[in-house]
Amino acid sequence: MSAATDAIAIDRTDPKPVGASRLRQIMTLVRRNLTHIKRQPEMLTDVTIQPIMFVLLFSYVFGGSITIPGGDYKAWLLPGVMAQTIAFSSFIVAVGLNTDIGKGMIDRLRSLPIQRSSILWSRSIAALMHSSIGVAVMSVTGLFIGWRILDGVVGGLIGYGLLLLFGFAMIWVGILVGSAMRSVEAVNGLMFSTMFPITFVSNVFARPEGMPGWLRTIAEWNPISSLTQALRDNWGVPGSQVRPDAPWPLHNPELATIIWAVAITAIIAPLALRAFNKRTTD
Amino acid sequence: MRDIVIEAESLVKKFGDFTAVDDVSFEVPKGSVFGLLGPNGAGKTTIVRMMTTLATPTSGSARVAGHDVVAEPAAVRAAMGLTAQSATVDELLTGRENLRLIGDLYGLDRKFVRSRSEELLEQFSLTEAGNKVVKEYSGGMRRRIDLAVSLIAHPPVLFLDEPTTGLDPRSRVELWDVLRDLVRDGTTLLLTTQYLDEADQLADDIVVIDHGRIIAQGTPLELKNQSGAASLVVTVSRHDRVQQAAELLRGAVEGEVHVDVDARKLTAPGGDVAALSLVAAQLDDAGIEIDDLGMQRPSLDDVFLTLTGHKAEESSNQEEVSA
Repeated sequence: MSAATDAIAIDRTDPKPVGASRLRQIMTLVRRNLTHIKRQPEMLTDVTIQPIMFVLLFSYVFGGSITIPGGDYKAWLLPGVMAQTIAFSSFIVAVGLNTDIGKGMIDRLRSLPIQRSSILWSRSIAALMHSSIGVAVMSVTGLFIGWRILDGVVGGLIGYGLLLLFGFAMIWVGILVGSAMRSVEAVNGLMFSTMFPITFVSNVFARPEGMPGWLRTIAEWNPISSLTQALRDNWGVPGSQVRPDAPWPLHNPELATIIWAVAITAIIAPLALRAFNKRTTD
Repeated sequence: MRDIVIEAESLVKKFGDFTAVDDVSFEVPKGSVFGLLGPNGAGKTTIVRMMTTLATPTSGSARVAGHDVVAEPAAVRAAMGLTAQSATVDELLTGRENLRLIGDLYGLDRKFVRSRSEELLEQFSLTEAGNKVVKEYSGGMRRRIDLAVSLIAHPPVLFLDEPTTGLDPRSRVELWDVLRDLVRDGTTLLLTTQYLDEADQLADDIVVIDHGRIIAQGTPLELKNQSGAASLVVTVSRHDRVQQAAELLRGAVEGEVHVDVDARKLTAPGGDVAALSLVAAQLDDAGIEIDDLGMQRPSLDDVFLTLTGHKAEESSNQEEVSA
């Protein structure tokens, strides 16, 4: 083992570790996260098999009993499941971050001459890419079951843009949960028991009109519902019109989605940064 | 006078009411190996975390390569490498990818990272395993890639937190060789260990830590001398002759004879060469067969027992606090 040592005797001409540029730090760490997906493609099941399963199960099991006036349930459901998928970006960030903290990887990174924020930026970008793979897979799946973007390129792009914006906001939730929880199991437990009810009590799977009054109010004000409604409107999904006396967010879903995204970020981001800094100091 | 590369001055770290590190000061000259020796929970990891900017001292100060760990953390990080207690390499990346990851984050030239990675893989006998994901590595390989990653930027100062914990004896000795090579090339090493033989093997200077405080300080030899003279050690071949041999030994030396019946081993402190030959002759006369007979200098284990009243491998009462 020592044979090669002479060759690596400290050479004063070695490049000095000056610390990478911010961009290189983030790119390097994003590449790391993408390599994880490459090595464990099953990581993608949460944004591929699971949402496809939802679409197929709901379409073919419940679809027959659910009528969407003027529309087809399958095409109507798809944007909702996309919204649900992007909301789960928070889950991806939380699990990834918590794993890195638990395994000491964050300590290793913190012992390097890099900015701590690069760790979060790279996690966020990788999680959005992760979720975007899911949205792309869902779009292709949609084409097979009759979903189409009927409102032109601009509406299509607005829809995808809103998805990414909302995903960005949800990432802060992920950073908060990932930093605050003591184990990946705890992250899983918390996220499953909150994200599923939150994404179900919405207009994703069923029209809020059919829900009991109090539940309908929650569903109609749910940020996921704003996003879903915005997608249906902008993609021209048949049957997307809401009842006339529905609350304001469903009549102005794009603006409501933007407001929700900004509000979630404004409230959660400071908490998330504080939790992350607290967890990764001492 | 040699340059001081690592310096701690009255370091204190409190977690709430619990004082994990209590007024610890030491200096490490360039190119030497400094050992922090102590049981689990003694505060060794907390000291390393403060020295490597991962934790902030409650009071006191520390400098690494001339930079204050609180005021100039970036300069400290650029000058040192850290190998933490549990191997912190990315399990889903290959060995090569791990080296590249950290090299890129140091901001090193890409070509340099490539050639340096190959050098390190070769030095650590990992060239063949370089394209395997670390998940498939053995414990020893994992430790080696962890150390290699810490060395990618040629840090002049290296911190190693229990580098051989969990390694089999052969991997330990191999790692020791690697560390000796590094020191020969001018790296300054601070390592923590709960293994006394490890500190004995590697360190030029040792600080013994217990309950967050320094309880002894010196070279391995100085510490050994602190716990007195050499002992006479006899290993008897047959169990049924142990007591008889013990009687003989009691007649030959002043000190109290320690009898370990299971190991058939007798230890008599304060023996000298004259006593050794006397005992040898008497055992022979009595027809007691022996496996081994000799003088033993006090080990660091004995030192630790003398200093702390408890054995080194036993944990202190407090849990090691690390977040």
